[in-house]
Amino acid sequence: MSMLQRLTESRVWRALVRQGVSATNRNRILLVMDNVFLHLHSAKTRSRNLELSSTYFLGAISLVLFGILTLSGLLLMLYYHPSVPQAYHDMKELQFVVSNGLFLRNIHRWSAHAMVFIVFLHLLRVFYHKAYLPPREFNWVVGVILLLLTLGLSYTGYLLPWDQLAFWAVAVGTNMAEATPLIGPKLRYLLLGGNAVGENALLRFYVLHCALLPLALAMGVAVHLWRVRKDGGVQGSSGRYGSRRQVKP
Amino acid sequence: MSNKDEGRPGEGLRAITRRRFFQTAGFSACGIAAVGAAALGENFLEPRALFEPPTRFLLGAPESITPGAVYLEEAHQVYVMRFAEGFRALSAVCTHLGCITRYQPDDKCIACPCHGSRFSLDGEVLEGPAPRPLPWLRVELTASGRIAVNTAEEVALGTVFKL
Repeated sequence: MSMLQRLTESRVWRALVRQGVSATNRNRILLVMDNVFLHLHSAKTRSRNLELSSTYFLGAISLVLFGILTLSGLLLMLYYHPSVPQAYHDMKELQFVVSNGLFLRNIHRWSAHAMVFIVFLHLLRVFYHKAYLPPREFNWVVGVILLLLTLGLSYTGYLLPWDQLAFWAVAVGTNMAEATPLIGPKLRYLLLGGNAVGENALLRFYVLHCALLPLALAMGVAVHLWRVRKDGGVQGSSGRYGSRRQVKP
Repeated sequence: MSNKDEGRPGEGLRAITRRRFFQTAGFSACGIAAVGAAALGENFLEPRALFEPPTRFLLGAPESITPGAVYLEEAHQVYVMRFAEGFRALSAVCTHLGCITRYQPDDKCIACPCHGSRFSLDGEVLEGPAPRPLPWLRVELTASGRIAVNTAEEVALGTVFKL
């Protein structure tokens, strides 16, 4: 018995890889189509909807950006303390001392800007292609919530460098939140954990940015993608190719 | 039972099954627990002790401020001014969105760097998006002969204090 054979027939291997390559083509394609990682689109999708001009891949780009942001953010967290004035020094250290810190920080920063931009374009694309109409109206609402979460992530991340720009942007932003009818002042107090932008505010924004909002966004994305499949796949522009009815697995 | 006229216990009440009773009781308990948890959570989010500067703070003796001076107390974000008619304290927090304003000696006005609001030394809005004049604050003389200002205590616009 060869080494390879012994390996692939071992109990551990068989526990990890529970079924080998299927014997028939039908089973092989089913394996791909049933796997969400190998086939994010619904099993049956019009070929025109897979073209660039149908969706401009904006949803997929947003998802990839979210992945990049999660990874680079996790790495940045290893050198960052959400305390005053350490946060500012950590940001500077990331820029000038930590190996590749400048690169990672800029990746995080530019991906964040890009994600806000792309998610917004995604919304516009769906709007102009009337892809929000039934049966996709529920997913439109999920999408709007995802846009708000993206903006929330962008805003909470803005405070973390703890520089003048961050400080005053959050001072201004939380004063805007204060203008909310009835609950405004309370909302500002809870958001800042006090009456002024300080230590508590930094910690609260950090927790929101690194735990609460990303979790909410990840769950929202899961629902969003599930609904795309459930509602019959992506909808591209209706019209130009309206009569062509090719189907691709 | 011996006396059949008495009927079964609870006959006059609306019929309720055991299952329905436990369902209602269970959901009510969950509801009460959820409301309690929400109230507890909201309460937890409100800090009870803040490590912010106190609203009342002391300056030097009145004589230490030269007449005509506009002095910005940065830690408490207050202008203290002394003119011929007396002392005045104005909040340095812009009434638009809360940035800290700066005194511009050349123009004899107070300007906000964020969105360009400008105020006169009376706190009146000269230009920009600020919706209200800068609030005037109470100025007091303590027993030990020092100036005290309380940022939490607003007074009518134009209230000048003779110390």
